Amino acid sequence: MAIRTAVNRALTAITALPTAAALTDGNLTLLTTLTASSSSAVTFDSSINSTYNSYQIHIIQAHCSADNKILQMGFRDGSTAYDATKTTTYFASQHKEDASGGALGYNTDQDQAQATGFLNISEALGADNDQCTNGIIEIFNPSSTTFVKNFIGRMSYNHQNDREMDVFVAGYCNVTAAIDGFQFKMDSGNIDSGTFKLYGVGPKQ
Amino acid sequence: MALVKYNDRSLRNLTTAPAAVTGNSPGALVHIKTLTASSSATLTFLHGSSDVVFNSTYPIYKLVYTSMHPSQQSIFSFQTTTDGTNYNTSVTSTSFGAYQNEGGSDTDLGYEAGQDQANGTAFQGLMSFGSNIADNDAAFSGELTIFNPSSTTFVKHWMSDLNFYGGSNYSQRSQHAGYFNTTSAITGIQFKMINSGNIDSGTIKLYGIKDS
Repeated sequence: MAIRTAVNRALTAITALPTAAALTDGNLTLLTTLTASSSSAVTFDSSINSTYNSYQIHIIQAHCSADNKILQMGFRDGSTAYDATKTTTYFASQHKEDASGGALGYNTDQDQAQATGFLNISEALGADNDQCTNGIIEIFNPSSTTFVKNFIGRMSYNHQNDREMDVFVAGYCNVTAAIDGFQFKMDSGNIDSGTFKLYGVGPKQ
Repeated sequence: MALVKYNDRSLRNLTTAPAAVTGNSPGALVHIKTLTASSSATLTFLHGSSDVVFNSTYPIYKLVYTSMHPSQQSIFSFQTTTDGTNYNTSVTSTSFGAYQNEGGSDTDLGYEAGQDQANGTAFQGLMSFGSNIADNDAAFSGELTIFNPSSTTFVKHWMSDLNFYGGSNYSQRSQHAGYFNTTSAITGIQFKMINSGNIDSGTIKLYGIKDS
């Protein structure tokens, strides 16, 4: 049998690609890239909706101008403020360059219980020229108006005392309003540099 | 000849899309290279060699290891190179893990001081509290993420998460993270069993996460 070859006009009725794993494969779609440059805040305030099952934010080599800063994250739930109520956990593994201080533990100073303030995701940052923080944070179904919005994150960064920090942060925004924005900032001062990328995860719904 | 028109149902059995449509990958996660172990002493991804891309093309690289089986009980490990030859970049790292035996009688979660490094140059073990056994059905799988390895300004952070089949029938989840303490660009990454023996089988896939 001869091969029947499609032309563009033959595909005008196609509205969606097949959902076969090879075509979708839990893949990432880049939505926005923000580059910090002595920025007081980095804000994603669009493209966060029901288009994707979940969203990831990739933080690449964010750098602060002085030691002991905290990189923080806020969630917007309908107003203009990034103050969604959250309950969260925070634990970390750490180890210093002088081979001391190897430990794993829960950090009650960094978690939140029904709090509206910005959430700490990397604390006591080092500001040496080559020090930075990196990580991936995923928020599940932020547009739901039925359920709370869960999120998970992992950060790898330089502590001001020259130690590696491997941080696991997770929680939920305890709101049924849609989450439609995220904002990152230092607890004081600016984000000197760094790249923040917003991705949609998986096939479009 | 009449025009044959297709609809969504016409495409439901497709498993691949033309590269012209997808740009070789339908999303931002771009497959670069798959290495398949076959009694392999090392598995190496080196930029510019064997179609490997490991430079500033992507800001984040992800490596996924699937059903890796060692020839003898040993610890999976990795190192990086800045000169293309020597895999001995200084690394400071953390290590912790959780485990449970098949009998359900022994569980724990804790830090593993035996497998962290403090500006060490040895291969970095990726299995806390044990090593993968070589029973025929024993294997490990997981993933490794490296941030901007080509940076010449910052140290290079990484994070690893894997599960392995530990000695005396344990399921062991192992978490490692760290940074290669260099401002030279990292151009390659190599995996091996740290004690002895080969990687009998399994695959390691290298992906880049698109920058734009």
